[in-house]
Amino acid sequence: MVRSATSLTGNGVRDWLWQRVSAVILAVYTLFIFGFIWCTPQLDYATWFQFFQGIGVKLFTILAALSLLTHAWVGMWTILTDYVKSARLRLTLEVLVIIALFLYFLVAIAIVWSV
Amino acid sequence: MSEAMRTVKFKIYRFNPEVDIKPTMQDYELTIPDKQDMMLLEAILRIKAMDDSLAFRRSCREGVCGSDGMNINGRNGLACVTLLSALKQPIELRPLPGLPVIRDLVVDMKIFFEQYAKVKPYLINDEPPPAKERLQSPAERKKLDGLYECILCACCSTSCPSFWWNPEKFIGPAGLLQAYRFIADSRDTAKVERLEALTDPFSVFRCRGVMNCVDVCPKGLNPTRAIGHIRSELLAEGN
Amino acid sequence: MALPTYTFDAIIIGAGGAGMRAALALAESGSQVALVSKVFPTRSHTVSAQGGITCALGNVHPDDWRWHMYDTVKGSDYIGDQDSIEYMCEVGPQVVYELEHMGLPFSRLDDGRIYQRPFGGQSKDFGGDQAARTCAAADRTGHALLHTLYQRNLAEKTNVFSEWFAIDLVKAADGQGFAGVIALNIENGETAFLHARAIIFATGGAGRIYQSTTNALINTGDGIGMAIRAGLPVQDIEMWQFHPTGIAGAGVLVTEGCRGEGGYLINKNGERFMERYAPHAKDLASRDVVARAISLELRAGNGFDINGVSCVKLKLDHLGADLINSRLPGIRELSLTFAGVDPIREPIPVVPTCHYMMGGIPTNRFGQVINVDEHGKEYVVEGLYAVGECACVSVHGANRLGGNSLLDLVVFGRAAGLDVKEKIRDLPLKSVGEAELDAAMSRLNRWDNTREGESVSQIRFEMQKTMQEDFGVFRTGEHMQQGLDKLLQLQQRLNHAAFKDHSRVFNTTRIEALELDNLMATALATAHAAIYRTESRGAHSREDFPKRDDINWLTHTVYHGEGHRMTQRAVNMKPLHVKPFEPKERVY
Repeated sequence: MVRSATSLTGNGVRDWLWQRVSAVILAVYTLFIFGFIWCTPQLDYATWFQFFQGIGVKLFTILAALSLLTHAWVGMWTILTDYVKSARLRLTLEVLVIIALFLYFLVAIAIVWSV
Repeated sequence: MSEAMRTVKFKIYRFNPEVDIKPTMQDYELTIPDKQDMMLLEAILRIKAMDDSLAFRRSCREGVCGSDGMNINGRNGLACVTLLSALKQPIELRPLPGLPVIRDLVVDMKIFFEQYAKVKPYLINDEPPPAKERLQSPAERKKLDGLYECILCACCSTSCPSFWWNPEKFIGPAGLLQAYRFIADSRDTAKVERLEALTDPFSVFRCRGVMNCVDVCPKGLNPTRAIGHIRSELLAEGN
Repeated sequence: MALPTYTFDAIIIGAGGAGMRAALALAESGSQVALVSKVFPTRSHTVSAQGGITCALGNVHPDDWRWHMYDTVKGSDYIGDQDSIEYMCEVGPQVVYELEHMGLPFSRLDDGRIYQRPFGGQSKDFGGDQAARTCAAADRTGHALLHTLYQRNLAEKTNVFSEWFAIDLVKAADGQGFAGVIALNIENGETAFLHARAIIFATGGAGRIYQSTTNALINTGDGIGMAIRAGLPVQDIEMWQFHPTGIAGAGVLVTEGCRGEGGYLINKNGERFMERYAPHAKDLASRDVVARAISLELRAGNGFDINGVSCVKLKLDHLGADLINSRLPGIRELSLTFAGVDPIREPIPVVPTCHYMMGGIPTNRFGQVINVDEHGKEYVVEGLYAVGECACVSVHGANRLGGNSLLDLVVFGRAAGLDVKEKIRDLPLKSVGEAELDAAMSRLNRWDNTREGESVSQIRFEMQKTMQEDFGVFRTGEHMQQGLDKLLQLQQRLNHAAFKDHSRVFNTTRIEALELDNLMATALATAHAAIYRTESRGAHSREDFPKRDDINWLTHTVYHGEGHRMTQRAVNMKPLHVKPFEPKERVY
């Protein structure tokens, strides 16, 4: 068995499962948003703002943001361990990816909460 | 009356570490009767009769020993079961990609065999054997078809990008096919341990479903499907 | 220059079925064992065996190992040693069950037991109805067996010297037996002395002495060559089996299991001609009988013409796609690849093709090598063993039955391993001097120091052509003498041959040169023995002596390399537990 500290769960099955679960959440969220747009004849800032005031929509959006985070991390970690063979460089890149993802998440929360 | 002849052109990867700093591609021409087809291995043997410095492995010359895996016009295959007529000229021969080259078309297969050994490719059954055979129904035996026939030629693993990037960590299609061969054997009692040893993020899960392995396998086996079965078993076991 | 030396309790040369089974038997003993093989173990020629492994399990019908023994003695045309045949047939079931326990994926019967199919020369009740005695893993039994044995050796952590080529035996300094071998690491071209208490030869056959053969390119009689150069005899080496069904032109084997499953041979008139030659067993007569029948059909002009090759055809299409796909999938694949024919629809073009060497290094039933002193007295060479195709234990005599070679490998590989295990503490590690090491290195040095000369491939080609033309299915004294003269000239030329590439790293040309020495030694032994035996028996069919002659030739022939001397050795007719089978006329 290959040991790995930096992967999402340290376990291939769980990483694999998380990646797929998050993909499903993202897919449903995407359908949900497009469905809203489709069903709204007059889409302007006011309806958009009102739509995001619903607590359900807020929670779903945060869940989608979390899923994006999870999905991106599993994917980026895999790509980095495939292509970046220098451990030091890889660790640096991994930290940068984590910081970026974390910042994205904070921004997402700030936006959703500001509504 | 002399028979009509034709010339077949080759470009063959040459590297001898004793004299060469860098590998080169060498041109060869072989003259054979117009109407005659032959296996690529036969053609290489004839080239070797002209240039005895050309090195490659070969044994059974009928596609069951797995010695003469090589990259033929960009695609991995066995020279002994590839017809010349099926190949575009000049026929370009290179060693199997992704493994260190020892010389010419001969690669160092150490890591490939290590990954094979890692899956414990042998039956484990700690119960005392019966006086006769262990019984296995034809249906249970059928599960081993498409798995046990592997000849360890390495055509699959050396065509797999994931194996190129992580040959020490990703077991590769050949090894995983054998891992499943024993997981699927009704006589084996170590299924849980076998699966547990495969739960990390690399051993199995580096398979990205590229399916090059399925495309090149000279025995028509399907490692991707076996890997899929291993994944399902891992999920079912709740690892 | 001092040679690097590696010391072991036992070394096994050759990692086919016999070598790997011997290694396994020793692995459990805790001894230091080296398994030396010129190819990675699963590339050994055992991998090509198709139809199966014969033994009296009685899974399809009531069976008895004595019936198997009877068939084998009769098949051998009565020059198989009956003590060895008895041992093989008696322990056969146990050895096959062991293989099953190791994980060999045998095909199965509906009740879950090992599937058994009919093969040539098999009978119930001492010559009665056709028996079904050959255990099979589809038509890939050799592959399944070899991989299973390699896998077990992995589990036991056997020390494998993969891609090491054994050059020659090293004699002990006191002249008593052998101390080890010189071997060459193919990857870097360097030689080493492997020093051991026991040496087991498991180097396989030498079918590459013929032009058309089912054998792998690696079957170059390395053990036979080494034995002859070391002053050891070889026995019954004139006995070469021609398999009735090699794919015409390609030489690739088509298992007898095809006929076991109900396939049959036809000539160009569509006639099932085996009914004329063997009215009772028909297509499942012994291999020598069927090969001769095909040759006679071709001579009579009853052959098909496929691209200038005269052949008969093996008809399977009547068996149906389901049976072919489940029982003979590998044959279908080979036929499509090498004959361009799908056996589900069309018959496969086949010709008799050199397949198996019944002769070899004489041994007793424990695998111990037998030598003969100047007074004709036999003695055991302590610490030296031979098993499998390179040995002549002799269970096959003048003609091997299908399915008996895989059995031979595992039964005697195991027996030799067990015998070494028992004796290893008493076997001395013999000392060697520079002279002995130099002698064993001399052959390699000769090649390495020759820069100009005729090429290896040219001499090999002429040798194979001579063997094919003069020592084939039918033989005559006159042609064989001409063939022998050619071989002797070729031997002279070989002494001055050279290769151009003298690099070290993975130099396969250097290996091929060393192999040609072994092939030539085997071919010369075959020629001398074939001329010597003035009768027809089993696979040895002489047109000038068409009858079997039990008064003069119910005996082994023994070839001694020095002066190409021929002698005779008595056949063992004393089985331990049953009454001997007396020679009878052999009809199928």
